[in-house]
Amino acid sequence: MELDPLLLSRLQFAFVVAFHAIFPVFTIGLASYIALLNGLFFKTDNPAWDRLALFWTKVFAVVFGMGVVSGIVMSFQFGTNWSNFSQAASNFLGPVLSYEVVTAFFLEAAFLGVLLFGRGKVPQGVHLFAAIMVAIGTFISSFWILSANSWMQTPAGVELIEGRFHVTDWSEAIFNPSFPYRFAHMVLASFLTGGFVVAGVSAWYLLIGRDREANRKALSMCLWLLLVLAPTQAVVGDFHGLNTLEHQPTKVAAMEGNWERSSNTPLLLFAWPDQEAQENRFEIGIPGLASLILTHHVEGEVPGVSEVPPEEQPPVWIVFWSFRIMVALGFAMIGAALAGLWLRRGGRVYEHRGFLQLMRVMTITPFIAVLAGWVVTETGRAPWVVYGLMSHAEALTPSLTGGMALFTLVGYMAVYAVVFLCGVYYLTRVVRQGMLPEPAHDDEVHRPKRPLSAAHVPFEDASSQPGRS
Amino acid sequence: MAMFDLSIIWAVIIGFGVIMYVLMDGFDLGVGILFPLAPDEESRDVMMNTVAPVWDGNETWLVLGGAGLLGAFPLVYSVFLPALYLGVFLMLAGLIFRGIAFEFRFKSHRNRHWWNRAFCWGSAVASFAQGVVVGAYIQGFPVEDFVYVGGPFDWLTPFSVLTGLGLMAGYALLGATWLILKTEGPLQEWAYRLAPRLLLAVLGVFAIISLWTPFVDTGVRDRWFGHLQLIWIFPALALACAGLLWRAVRQRREGQPFIATLGLFVFTYLGLVVSKWPVIVPPDYTIWDAASDPGSQLFLLIGVLFVIPIVLAYTAWSYWVFRGKVRPGEGYH
Repeated sequence: MELDPLLLSRLQFAFVVAFHAIFPVFTIGLASYIALLNGLFFKTDNPAWDRLALFWTKVFAVVFGMGVVSGIVMSFQFGTNWSNFSQAASNFLGPVLSYEVVTAFFLEAAFLGVLLFGRGKVPQGVHLFAAIMVAIGTFISSFWILSANSWMQTPAGVELIEGRFHVTDWSEAIFNPSFPYRFAHMVLASFLTGGFVVAGVSAWYLLIGRDREANRKALSMCLWLLLVLAPTQAVVGDFHGLNTLEHQPTKVAAMEGNWERSSNTPLLLFAWPDQEAQENRFEIGIPGLASLILTHHVEGEVPGVSEVPPEEQPPVWIVFWSFRIMVALGFAMIGAALAGLWLRRGGRVYEHRGFLQLMRVMTITPFIAVLAGWVVTETGRAPWVVYGLMSHAEALTPSLTGGMALFTLVGYMAVYAVVFLCGVYYLTRVVRQGMLPEPAHDDEVHRPKRPLSAAHVPFEDASSQPGRS
Repeated sequence: MAMFDLSIIWAVIIGFGVIMYVLMDGFDLGVGILFPLAPDEESRDVMMNTVAPVWDGNETWLVLGGAGLLGAFPLVYSVFLPALYLGVFLMLAGLIFRGIAFEFRFKSHRNRHWWNRAFCWGSAVASFAQGVVVGAYIQGFPVEDFVYVGGPFDWLTPFSVLTGLGLMAGYALLGATWLILKTEGPLQEWAYRLAPRLLLAVLGVFAIISLWTPFVDTGVRDRWFGHLQLIWIFPALALACAGLLWRAVRQRREGQPFIATLGLFVFTYLGLVVSKWPVIVPPDYTIWDAASDPGSQLFLLIGVLFVIPIVLAYTAWSYWVFRGKVRPGEGYH
């Protein structure tokens, strides 16, 4: 079999981005939560807030560290596998992606050290300020990344001359048509991720009866937050979908599994899209609902995939099913938040073991939903890397062979597997030991800079140490 | 042309970033290369502690350089990375492994030997790959119509293997002189004994490279044996630094060996830069061919000029906080 460098490069990019994305999507939400906790402690002086802030800052340090390690690879991927794209789009993407890097370093240099290591050494107000700045910094970072991504989806403000994009209007290019929707959708996704992780871990601590006061506060707070955010996300997602319908109709057609332009289009609950036959098998749907959602009218027209020739169509089954996974998980999140509201009556929310177990399991859902949503938007624009202007095949590094691409794909998978296993293993140890009274630490050993050194949990059980109960 | 030439400003910024990276990550990579040769496990703890608080700040410059190249000189980015495809992967894999080794070695007891290996091999592979990049850069890249047209292993030649080994020796020398500065007792004595041998290895490789380079690239030959005699000052100063280093080690000075090694690197680097200037993608493309649009260069310049002083100030502050000797039992746990 001939190895296809194009397919392998796409898999590699999907893999490294997906792997990297799970860390920032969590830290963005968590940074704001930590700022909030520090603010509450500053205002009320209740030590429960301080204990929560201390614990979640430790988790933040580990996840942030892993995000940085996995992110180094990203800044080289465009050049190694997509050199024609880098060369063509550099006038816009170069500065925008560099601004992300610059923001991240500015943030790390100026405020992260104070947040991680400054507790008790700088005035409380300064510490709070650093926490807020770190949170703002994570938003600015995602602002630039999503601007770059949105520009590739809905290019604007540029002129394509002899195979190179030249920027004609920076604000049009940065604030391109899909950017506001994508940014709002992503920020909410980060908050939901942070919210469900904190809620899940707090639920687990309540289940095993550790630091009830602080964890009740955390769970309650998260449930209020999720009750607002989860439905809001559904609404924002709907607006994002309408924006996509306007700019990338084929993507929406693939999401709906709709092959021919039609009105009174059903919302498919199940189908097996057959790309070759250009139709679905085993369709089950609710008549008219897709038209209603997309056009707010039962008789509204929904575009079809077959309107573009087969070589310009995305792989429909991937887009179709990823979209369903994302939406289903979104509804599960709304359901969990509503269940929490229901159980609040009589305070059962902190006692109901079934609910606490549910919240524990729900921890994983926002991560899956984010990755599924990302697959929808990225696969859905195939075969375009810059929508309508440059295809994946044109973007690929011309000198790249299938063997080279396969070698690095397997290589990155192996490297990241080690990083991920070590990181997740260590994180579970941090969580397991978390919220317990800390043994006094000699503060002199903490020097500035490295995020992970803010967590000082041993990597494995020391054989000589008596086990903690 | 505008009032000032943005491409030259950017070439200076990128050039500055590269040498900052080489000097700063160089010594902590060097400590990693020397790791298996260390006298004992306690020395390894101390060695790692001498670089643990600063290494990730050092690597900041690599990421900044990568992003800056895409923004300012996209041709460099879109030729070097495909041409050095496998080398780039090895370098990144090496840097990642040693990065997590930094984090987990001190948190680990039973599995410490695995983290030792990850640290040493990661450092060695990353250093070798960077040296190979230097060799490949001197050799030049087959480029047609702004696209790399060579094969996947064009970079791998006896010459680039030599530069790879040369940079490993150079980084090890930086690491050894750093350890002289930061440690004391038997570990420092060990570093004192190691430094002259590493210096001889480095000078040997430099000599071969200097004799070889004019044959690899005729442009370099014309530059050095043309009318621009002033540039001979750089190799002369590099040799002076080597002499100073030799004497400082014999006299058991503590700070001078590291400073002299930094000088050796800086003057060798400047010698390399003047060999090629203003060519940035050898053999044919200059910084102006490789540049992005002036508007893009200017847009990015504003942010970078704002951030570089802050990063520099923070870097200086971390090194200041971390000044003085590292003793056994101190540092991270």
